[in-house]
Amino acid sequence: MSDTEITASWQERVYRTLRTNGVSQFAYVPDAGHRHLIDSALTDPDVHAVACTTEEEGVGVVAGAHLGGELGVLLMQSSGVGNTINFLSLIQHCSFPFLTLVTMRGDYGEQNPWQYAMGRAVEPTLAAMGVITLRADSPDDAVATVDAALGMTTVGGRSVAVLFSQRLLGAKKF
Amino acid sequence: MLERTRALGTLLENTDDRLIVAGLGSAANDVAYLTDFAPRAFTMDGVMGAAASIGLGLALARPEREVLVVTGDGELLMNVGTLATIAFQNPQNLRIIVADNGLYGLTGGQQTAAATVTDLELMAKGAGIRRTMTVRDEAELLAAQTIIATPGDTALILVKVAPGPAADVRIDRDGSRLRSRFRQYVLDGESR
Repeated sequence: MSDTEITASWQERVYRTLRTNGVSQFAYVPDAGHRHLIDSALTDPDVHAVACTTEEEGVGVVAGAHLGGELGVLLMQSSGVGNTINFLSLIQHCSFPFLTLVTMRGDYGEQNPWQYAMGRAVEPTLAAMGVITLRADSPDDAVATVDAALGMTTVGGRSVAVLFSQRLLGAKKF
Repeated sequence: MLERTRALGTLLENTDDRLIVAGLGSAANDVAYLTDFAPRAFTMDGVMGAAASIGLGLALARPEREVLVVTGDGELLMNVGTLATIAFQNPQNLRIIVADNGLYGLTGGQQTAAATVTDLELMAKGAGIRRTMTVRDEAELLAAQTIIATPGDTALILVKVAPGPAADVRIDRDGSRLRSRFRQYVLDGESR
């Protein structure tokens, strides 16, 4: 099996996990690590795939979906976390359940020094805004962690970020 | 020049079945006053720039319900890119009303770019919003009412209003309560 097939397979399992648990709005700012989830949402007639100009809009979209009785998820890369911070006030102050999947940079094996500042700040800033962070380092771990995070948001009512680490995604070689 | 609360009142006539997301500041105060603090209005007092994206998620979630976003020029300028995000989706049940007084009302009345050089209707058009209109007088207010009442592509109504205070009311600042009563109102409506 090629590397891309392995990648597609855990990401397909993540997509099915999200769909099985009722996620019907996928707000995203494109990222290579989320490509399979984004493409799956774009071709799925039963979901809305919402391309955002900035990640904070995705927080608003997911909150709006909840107000309308639907379940949304925000797909973004770690740089985008910095763009969401004030909008996470909405999540915390109004007790919105919230799920985001974050593809990490500035992490395991990172070779682009521009990525470290925000990448290293992801967990402390999300923690400061009341978002629980769960890291996933392997394909099986990724599926199980998304499943766990869905329970924490849909049943537990929490806000949760699943961080797909570069150990899982692979670090870009420069 | 149009007086803001009265102009918004005209636009909100006969919209008692609509879900409303109102951005922080004067927009939220006027909407709370004009809807008599109804659960169907999600009135914010923070998170500047969020009203339009919340309205988008809501409109996509409930295509059978009409959704209004009420905001100001200052708030819209903060996340003006959201107009492109909305135009890309073009929900058929979403109308955006911008009360444009040309100033930041909560922070001392500093001018916004919309007071002089920036045309927010043109920006909305450029973003791809199919139906747009600038309202400056009573006759145009009535024309805008028709746009709001007519189903179809997402519409943006830019209402030029005089600087001046919004309705003098104290909105509920308990975000959890606003969220849960709004959502319950939507879900109750669905089960009827």
